[in-house]
Amino acid sequence: MNHYETVFILNPVLSDTQIKETVQKFDDYLVSKGAEMISKEDWGLKKLAYPIQKKKSGFYHLFDYKIAGEAISAFELEFRRDDSIMRYLTVKLDKHAAAWAEKRRERNKSAKK
Amino acid sequence: METIEQQSKSGKSADVRYLTPLDIDTKKEEKYCRFKKKGIKYIDYKDADFLMYLVNEQGKILPRRLTGTSLKYQRKVAQAIKRARHLALMPYVGDMLK
Repeated sequence: MNHYETVFILNPVLSDTQIKETVQKFDDYLVSKGAEMISKEDWGLKKLAYPIQKKKSGFYHLFDYKIAGEAISAFELEFRRDDSIMRYLTVKLDKHAAAWAEKRRERNKSAKK
Repeated sequence: METIEQQSKSGKSADVRYLTPLDIDTKKEEKYCRFKKKGIKYIDYKDADFLMYLVNEQGKILPRRLTGTSLKYQRKVAQAIKRARHLALMPYVGDMLK
């Protein structure tokens, strides 16, 4: 089990329910592969720094999870198959990165309150 | 050619001619690695606002000789900026970013 973090950008033309469904789909996929979800973040609609597929904005989502390394390539294949995903990036977190992610979560939590 | 004494007598302003090196303070402020100094171990690619300090106004990564970052962290900075660019958090090319 390694600690991973995935950011993906969803197509801005999707409706709210479609977005929720897509995010839920990937969440379910991860859990079905034996992943341990640590956190999910929704950054909302953000402006892109440059156009992707002629779109100037996108819905950013972040998953933080622990999963065996072999499952990652299959998970990324799911992203490539889905048309509504414009970009994705999966990063393995080392111990410093994991500590930072923890700190970030704490900060976000206290910011919300 | 007039000698210096002649020039000073005639009151003409001489060509600039220094016998002793000028006393110019060349010692600049010591550079330091901001990551080492503040004990930052991980550079987050999601924090595009911070990474903007490490690129020039065209969006190019600033060299170590300007930022003073140590080699270890410069590699991490470069990695983080490239990830941020992939996710469209930062531009690959820009103009007048600052």
